[in-house]
Amino acid sequence: MSISRWLTFLLIALLTVPGMTSAQEERAPEALLEQLAEASPRDTETVIKAIATSGHERARNWLDAYGNNRLSQVKDTGQIVIVLNNRGRDWEVADAITGENLGETSRRDLDRIAVNNAIRRQLEGVMAMMNLYANDLEVREAAALDLMGKVDDAVVEDVTARIEEEPDADIRSRLEQAVAIYQVEEQGSAEVINVLAGSLHPRARAALNNAVASEDPALRAPAEKALGSIEQKLKMNKAAETLYFGLSLGSVLVLAAIGLAITFGVMGVINMAHGELIMLGAYTTWGMQQLLPGQPGLALILSIPAGFLVAALAGIAIERSVIQFLKGRPLETLLATFGISLILQQLVRTVISPQNRTVVSPEWMSGSLVINDALSLTLNRMYVLGFALVVFATLMLIMRRTRLGLEVRAVTQNRAMARSMGIRATRVDIMTFALGSGVAGLAGVALSQLTNVGPNLGQNYIIDSFMVVVFGGVGNLWGTLVAGLTLGTINQLLEPWAGAVLAKIIVLVFIILFIQKRPKGLFPQKGRAAEA
Amino acid sequence: MWLTRPLQERSTQLFLGILFMALLVVSVLHVALPEGHALHVSAYTVTLLGKYLCYALLAVAVDLVWGYLGILSLGHGAFFALGGYAMGMYLMRQIGDRGTYGDPVLPDFMVFLNWQELPWYWYGFDMAWFAFAMVLLVPGALALVFGWLAFRSRVTGVYLSIITQALTFALMLAFFRNEMGFGGNNGLTDFRDILGFNLRTDEVRLGLFIATGIALALGYLVCRAIVTSKLGRVSVACRDAEARTRFLGYRVERVQLFVFVVSAMLAGVAGALYVPQVGIINPSEFSPLFSIEIVVWVALGGRATLYGAVIGAILVNYAKTVFTGVMPDAWLFALGALFVLVTVFLPQGIAGLLKRRRKRNDDTPETSSTAEATA
Repeated sequence: MSISRWLTFLLIALLTVPGMTSAQEERAPEALLEQLAEASPRDTETVIKAIATSGHERARNWLDAYGNNRLSQVKDTGQIVIVLNNRGRDWEVADAITGENLGETSRRDLDRIAVNNAIRRQLEGVMAMMNLYANDLEVREAAALDLMGKVDDAVVEDVTARIEEEPDADIRSRLEQAVAIYQVEEQGSAEVINVLAGSLHPRARAALNNAVASEDPALRAPAEKALGSIEQKLKMNKAAETLYFGLSLGSVLVLAAIGLAITFGVMGVINMAHGELIMLGAYTTWGMQQLLPGQPGLALILSIPAGFLVAALAGIAIERSVIQFLKGRPLETLLATFGISLILQQLVRTVISPQNRTVVSPEWMSGSLVINDALSLTLNRMYVLGFALVVFATLMLIMRRTRLGLEVRAVTQNRAMARSMGIRATRVDIMTFALGSGVAGLAGVALSQLTNVGPNLGQNYIIDSFMVVVFGGVGNLWGTLVAGLTLGTINQLLEPWAGAVLAKIIVLVFIILFIQKRPKGLFPQKGRAAEA
Repeated sequence: MWLTRPLQERSTQLFLGILFMALLVVSVLHVALPEGHALHVSAYTVTLLGKYLCYALLAVAVDLVWGYLGILSLGHGAFFALGGYAMGMYLMRQIGDRGTYGDPVLPDFMVFLNWQELPWYWYGFDMAWFAFAMVLLVPGALALVFGWLAFRSRVTGVYLSIITQALTFALMLAFFRNEMGFGGNNGLTDFRDILGFNLRTDEVRLGLFIATGIALALGYLVCRAIVTSKLGRVSVACRDAEARTRFLGYRVERVQLFVFVVSAMLAGVAGALYVPQVGIINPSEFSPLFSIEIVVWVALGGRATLYGAVIGAILVNYAKTVFTGVMPDAWLFALGALFVLVTVFLPQGIAGLLKRRRKRNDDTPETSSTAEATA
């Protein structure tokens, strides 16, 4: 090494090691790296910290490479490089400072900067620290979360110092918890246990569990108390999660059943092909995504009207070709529409494929909404829940506030009278059936986001849908909403201790028994509508 | 005697005559002619025909409740399968220590699942009389409880259909579970003996075929005896005007319950005869699709005729055998189309066509097309 280099190094070492404030100078990063290469194991920690707080955009890369044994020094020039690929004799390297790819170099020309496990441990803490200084709130939040359970002797002071500077209250309390875990576990400090009492993070619970198991009674008593309050909170969160899943399942049931509530409940037509209309809606979504590759979001939004149309047209075809000839013969209608459902299923198997098709979820629908450490709600289910409510509200409006709704109710209550008042009953039949079928298509669009799209999709929902309609009370849309959400929630409540299949069986048996008790469902029709 | 009374009817004589002729012809062709002869009926065909006869008996059971009581049961497959499971459990116990794992008591699948002892509900199934009694009692008991609950609260029409479908669906899910102790997904299979005879010999297969034929004849006689009795008249009255019958002072739900339970027992017998012939029973027999298929056999043959149900069952299943052999994909299309065409164009089924041609009324004035209970 030349004398001038040596002097520079000495100068920077003098400037940086004690205060670390002047590390931001022009040539500092390079110097710091060289310092790392030269440092004795005892000094390494200081240098690492200097790098971490240097604020250099590549500082993370360096430490990362260092921890992974990939930071090397070129023997001749003293240049510090990051090894990108260390297979074979020639290694691909990149300049550490600029990140520029330098091509391959013989590995004999490289001097690896030694690292050991002790240093690696330090690195972990330091790297978790680094992002605490970032300007981006989310990065800081993630870094603080990452620090849970990772605070050690090396970083505890820095983290504590950081707490004072941190402007965001959430992150501050998160950091306090992280420090408290360290203090409880390493120092057996009982005073900070209260800090952990509010935390739902599994690491905080682990620390408290250790404290409960410890010898020290001064530590044990408060830890037990804190743990108790945490368990309480966890239970609440668990209950909230079950409720969410229940409502989500319920919303799926409502979507699947609401179309049936119109065709079966209001019109009195047993349409066993309803499930297949749902399936058609789901396949429409899939088809739309095939037409618009790379734009799942747009495809999904377009498939809402498309799914409605496809299913509604299929519904009209079914009504015109079969159901109209079987008016007043419900059992025959049941059989004929069941035949149609078989044909539709087989059609999909033959034309598309017997295999399931995957429908991609757009980005804005994937991921989840994090409420706290123990509770996060998946977004796609939230959207489906909202969608179900919107569809329900729209249907309610149509039935209550539009001309069509009025005519539908008139025709179902007294067909002959309605006709004599000038309502075209046949047209109303078609429109109503199309509406119910179209809503089934919408259900399919929503379901494609939650389950696989396959020929059996509809079959899986037909019995459940009928159960929901019958349970809620035939001819009553509100009943369908309440019944769907109730059954979904009951199902989810039973699942933890009965298992998924048994829960379903119990719910089915429950409905069968319920129908015996109240044959007209939860909300029976009253007055004139009941006589129809 | 009440059971022999229907023998005086011409339609019953004709039906039984054709049935026994068919049994005789098949048996003779199978036994007397050498293999390779053009008219020889192979053991495979005998078993296949035996299977059709089981389905025919099942269809008769469904026709009894649908045709004469107006109850469209979409869950008769459940009674069929329960009878089948009772028989399957007996056959399972007959395997003894000849199973793959050689356990003298536990069936193979229990050894496989590491069960230590036989569940209590398997006790007794090593005895033929007990198992055969269960073939009748288990479906009968389920029908009794279910029917009592349903008819008492006057659940009829479409609601009852959907609930029966839910019943068989729930049972299917339950039997798919390994914890139930009925072999889960795979069901019961690998049978060897029945009543000490080796199931895999041609003679036993022929014997089972003939036994099925006799069971069908007896089942037909029982149903005929019921529908021609006073009880049968009331049952038809329930079908056509339930409320009116009730106002006339009849206990409608008792009639319904009786007919429903008898029908379930017949379905159980059909299932019990079905299992040794096909050699397996698994939860797919509980599937709602199967139950609803039975209904279309009856619809095709013609409701409320009993013999129509037999014709329908045999025709549809023959078509199924042919279709699934030649072009499997087309079968569901054909079945679906059958559902639609029969209900729209042939509401009285094949029997209705025959009747119209003969222009003669036997003794069944009750074949009207407006036979549904109002929802």
